[in-house]
Amino acid sequence: MIKTIFSAGLPVDEQLLIQKNSIRGNHEGKRLCVVTGTHGDELEGQYVCYLLTEFLQRNTDKISGIVDIYPALNPLGIDSITRGFPGFDLDMNRIFPGSENKSLSDSAAFSIIEDIKGADFAIDIHASNIFLRELPQARINVNTAENLVSYAEMLNIDLVWIHPAATVLESTLAHSLNSLGVKTIVVEMGVGMRITTSYGERLFHGILNLMKNIGMFSGDVNCEITKPMIVEGDGVEFVNAEKSGVFLPDKNYGAKLHKGDIIGRIVSPLTGKILSTVTSETNGLLMTIRAYPIVYEGSLLARIIKN
Amino acid sequence: MKKIKIFSMKSPYREPFHIYGYVFGSGEKTAAIVGAMRGDEIQQQFVSSQIVRILTDLENAGKITEGKQILVIPSVNNFSMNIGKRFWPMDNTDINRMFPGYNSGETTQRIASALFEEIKDYKFGIQLASYHFPGDFIPHVRIIRTDADIVSEAQKFALPYVYVKNPEPFDTVMLNYNWQIWGSKAFSIYAGTTDTVDQNSAKITWQAIMRFLQSNGTVESISHPGFMTQKLKDKDFVTLTANSAGFFHCLKPAGSDVRKGEILAEILNPYDGSTEEKIISPKDSRVFFVHNKTLIMQHTAAFQLIRG
Repeated sequence: MIKTIFSAGLPVDEQLLIQKNSIRGNHEGKRLCVVTGTHGDELEGQYVCYLLTEFLQRNTDKISGIVDIYPALNPLGIDSITRGFPGFDLDMNRIFPGSENKSLSDSAAFSIIEDIKGADFAIDIHASNIFLRELPQARINVNTAENLVSYAEMLNIDLVWIHPAATVLESTLAHSLNSLGVKTIVVEMGVGMRITTSYGERLFHGILNLMKNIGMFSGDVNCEITKPMIVEGDGVEFVNAEKSGVFLPDKNYGAKLHKGDIIGRIVSPLTGKILSTVTSETNGLLMTIRAYPIVYEGSLLARIIKN
Repeated sequence: MKKIKIFSMKSPYREPFHIYGYVFGSGEKTAAIVGAMRGDEIQQQFVSSQIVRILTDLENAGKITEGKQILVIPSVNNFSMNIGKRFWPMDNTDINRMFPGYNSGETTQRIASALFEEIKDYKFGIQLASYHFPGDFIPHVRIIRTDADIVSEAQKFALPYVYVKNPEPFDTVMLNYNWQIWGSKAFSIYAGTTDTVDQNSAKITWQAIMRFLQSNGTVESISHPGFMTQKLKDKDFVTLTANSAGFFHCLKPAGSDVRKGEILAEILNPYDGSTEEKIISPKDSRVFFVHNKTLIMQHTAAFQLIRG
């Protein structure tokens, strides 16, 4: 059943609508929320929501509980290829938990939290931004790792990255929901503005696997579930551009690297020169690679999980 | 006056990006003033440029106090301002969400790091700041509530209000908060407008900054009369949000004194011009903030009033 959880009038003859599809199983059970589209340029979750909605609606006899699917928390952003909240250019994932009578974006955030509150689990699906390609991974704050890692391992992803706590991240959707007792796992995968169907299918099976393990799904998960690597914060090396120019990658994400391997080059099309040869400082796995070629000094080029 | 280069970076196809500072006097690092950090902070850049002009004249007249040094950085982000963008041109990140910065990190972390390294040891930090929603304010000083009590120092600007704001999670990555953590007395000055120059509020702002510098003995300047500053906290405000959407016809600009029941704005139907909503003052109060766009969405903060 499609429900509108928030609406707001736009200046000329249009309503901003945030909607969910609430799929109720034939049996009583827990409540799982699958949310995506907080950033309007991150589309990987669209395919996952489609697969889940299509499958679950056909299989309510195998579902215990409720699965609420929110495909577009920032609908104006998605429909206009805009990462932030259009009009304000606000990052929606920095305004939670919101408040009722402060601003449009705060009201939207407040309504989202109010609607999800009380659920047992939430999966918050992000793609990377348009600049980076990422292996499918869960990102978990170290303070919630004890509660969440075992569930993240069920999601059929490659990595669980346990990152340090930071005060600024207290304004994310995941932090707010975890604070309210909703076990919330952030999944990042693929690249902005595109859909990597193979990753979407993996996460779809992973969510079914999670549901099966928590007693919400009684069918078969027709997929061999990948057991992810668990990576702590200092186990990841960041590679940033030391020159501004055009980045040409030599390696794809998922590549196994040896120290000294060339990851890519930064070149100048105007002079025909190589400005920088980017090499790996460690042995490891390339979990992230730059997707958008134009770089400034400091632009993130790669992340490597150190062996 | 000495012009210094604080940060430089090559761009793929544009001229190199630079951050320049203007140093007046020498000796104790007394006051650092940071202007436009976002590309739409036109008023903030304008005010900074006027401060550079005034300090240049004062220095030439020998009126910068011996042993005191002032640094003015009018622009931290000309790359965005030159192309009409608010945030960093490549990745749309906000430099004022990157403090204290990281010199080996991403581009805007590096910019923030270089800037912070230059300004962190000044006794007073003054940032010409802007709000994350479009609107006009009464010019005021804003300080983030931390352990340091700097309200009495903030009153030396003699602006109408000092707003002591409770910190929110995002404040921890902003310049003002980090300046304070590092030991500077940090003030954010809201100069009325953001993306347009308003000469009146700009002048109020630069005069307040000069008054502050004079009051703590950094410059000898002509003393412009200021205001009896009132301290405000979060609880002193009433926010009025729009219950409908359409044309926003504002009747009461920032600074207006309004009576209970007075109409502050009308929201007009964009098809037939009829009045969808009248935004009414719930009590006698003063308009502190007002939405300044012609169109308004429902639930938008239209007014922030100071409780009477």
